[in-house]
Amino acid sequence: MIPELTKFKGFSVKNLPKEEPLAPGHRACQGCGEVLALRMAMKALGTDVIVCNATGCMEIVTSPFPHTSWRVPWIHIAFENAAAVASGVEAALKVLKRHGRFPKNRHVDVVAVAGDGGTADIGLQALSGALERGHDFVYICLDNEAYMNTGVQRSSCTPFGAMTTTSPPGSRSIGQMTWKKNVPQIAVAHGIPYVATASPAFFLDLMNKVKKAALVKGPAYVHIYAPCPTGWGTKGEDSIKLARLAVDTKIFPLYEVIEGKYYITRKITKPKPVEEYLKAQRRFRHLTPEIIEEIQRRVDAEYERLLKLAEL
Amino acid sequence: MGKKVAKEVSIAIADAVKLARAEVIAAYPITPQTHIVEHLSELVANGELDAEYITVESEHSAISASLGAVATGARTFTSTSSQGLALMHEILFIAPALRLPVVMVVANRALSAPISIWNDHSDIMAQRDIGWIQLWAENGQEAVDLVIQAFRIAEDRNVMFPTIVNIDGFTLSHVIEPVILPEQEEVDAFLPPFRPKYKLDPRKPLTMGPVGVPEIYFEAKKAQDEAFKNSRKVILRVWKDWANRFGREYHPVETYRLEDAEIALLINGSLAETAMTAVDKMREQGKKVGLIRFRLWRPFPIQEFRKAVAGLKVLGVIDRALTPGGVGGPLGTEVRAALYNAARRPRVVNFIAGLGGRDITVEDFEEMADRAAFYMKKRPKEAYETIGVRES
Repeated sequence: MIPELTKFKGFSVKNLPKEEPLAPGHRACQGCGEVLALRMAMKALGTDVIVCNATGCMEIVTSPFPHTSWRVPWIHIAFENAAAVASGVEAALKVLKRHGRFPKNRHVDVVAVAGDGGTADIGLQALSGALERGHDFVYICLDNEAYMNTGVQRSSCTPFGAMTTTSPPGSRSIGQMTWKKNVPQIAVAHGIPYVATASPAFFLDLMNKVKKAALVKGPAYVHIYAPCPTGWGTKGEDSIKLARLAVDTKIFPLYEVIEGKYYITRKITKPKPVEEYLKAQRRFRHLTPEIIEEIQRRVDAEYERLLKLAEL
Repeated sequence: MGKKVAKEVSIAIADAVKLARAEVIAAYPITPQTHIVEHLSELVANGELDAEYITVESEHSAISASLGAVATGARTFTSTSSQGLALMHEILFIAPALRLPVVMVVANRALSAPISIWNDHSDIMAQRDIGWIQLWAENGQEAVDLVIQAFRIAEDRNVMFPTIVNIDGFTLSHVIEPVILPEQEEVDAFLPPFRPKYKLDPRKPLTMGPVGVPEIYFEAKKAQDEAFKNSRKVILRVWKDWANRFGREYHPVETYRLEDAEIALLINGSLAETAMTAVDKMREQGKKVGLIRFRLWRPFPIQEFRKAVAGLKVLGVIDRALTPGGVGGPLGTEVRAALYNAARRPRVVNFIAGLGGRDITVEDFEEMADRAAFYMKKRPKEAYETIGVRES
């Protein structure tokens, strides 16, 4: 077990940090699950951080000059390179400390933040490079399952069957025709010390995982489910309910992979049917019972596979 | 003063980066840049240079990591060529807009297709509008000097612009030349540590790279352009200081035997050395021929250039890049534009030569000077002429 993690007692409702490194007043949509998750992540990380943000919703809504929501150092360069920029920041801090140009004992968490497009698609190479090189940084993917910032186009993280503006259902299409890319598993394949999935519906779990990701030495990857009322066709007030439902239906299982060992952090013994989750969203409204059944089978099989990994 | 030694120019460049005490290097290997980054890797591996070397997975990440490092306050170096520079293209524009003064050596090489590892200037000429200070070296000594100067220029608080030093791939990067490497104390006295006013530091948080809404975007770009044009003052000051310390002079526009010339050839980079030989030969024959090359390509030294060519009758501009279907090579087009409103200007003839490693010989330079002389009396019909291409 990693010593930094065994020492960490975890957050509780009583000891939540007061700091808000991400200030309110940003321009996210009502009910945005992504900005909520980011706020929690930043609370867990505190203020000794440098954030490298990929282009995307979070970058746009938090930084319209002359306003900024960031009370911590923050940089945005482009879409596909948050992990590469973070690599440079991390390397610079190391050498500046050695040269006495930055306080030696002051630990700074370098954090890359990107959406699912910036992570699973255009930024996958930069992410893989940074994970493989072993930089001491945290990569947070806020997954709202499509390119929401540009108007809901499909990404490789869009779930099977979902309607987006570039995966519209039609006479020859059921919507998204591919299964969601499993980025956490790709991160695990790099042999990094810490990988986790998290959901804003389980905010203490999310904060603890982000904090653990920061505590471990070396690269850490946290994949966070982020409901998007605008893109999914859901009510803003239902975002947390939906996030909980995604976990309870086994669609978005919560787990950690610490030094290659899988731990299910919320075991689902009495799963709800995926239909309940799908019916709540306009993006799945066109799905036939047969397709819903197919999704159910796939979700069950994936979850079984995950349970087996956790038994290893 | 350092001793004169024989060194491969790439190795000498890496040594210059070490003398400049670069703190972060992020680079991806590409021919003909490789010897520079290989030697830097060795210097870091041996502990001779206390820097972080990031072995990135692409040039796109090389420049991205470089910007992260320089934004955090570390002196940062990268290097590339050709396809690698093209892959960086998107990020190259962002560096000067965020005022992130990374230094990059570009070992100039042709662009694909057909794939070619050999030298011309099509890689850098496709990057004219990125907003980086761009300098050209002709020989190994200049390459060493310019790299050290580039850090001082780029990181000056009145500049804060990224800077490219161009060296010809192979014809300069891979040749062994006599060079004087300055002593460490001399470089330390010339080049202070990098202390940017704004950087990523939790002790003083700031937001870098925000959204530019239409109400401020144009003002931001105009401010960038003004600051960029103003950097020439610092560049000239740095060169004056360099001349005082090291006795080697640098000017925005370099000239050779131009005083009483009627015809001049203009070429950037290492082949200007061959051109000088041709000029000497033609001078012996009584031809009034001189030579011009740009040391400073961005910001464009318009005053110095107009002054240099004012007395000429014809200027033969030699481009080592092609602008397909255009009104000339990139250099020729730009030179014509620079002279259009000048009170005194020569006729401009544009030659395209030396693409993809095709040699330009002394005889080729003589031919171009003769053709330029022919156009003293007669206007050229074509926007440009190609030199040294087999017809069958």
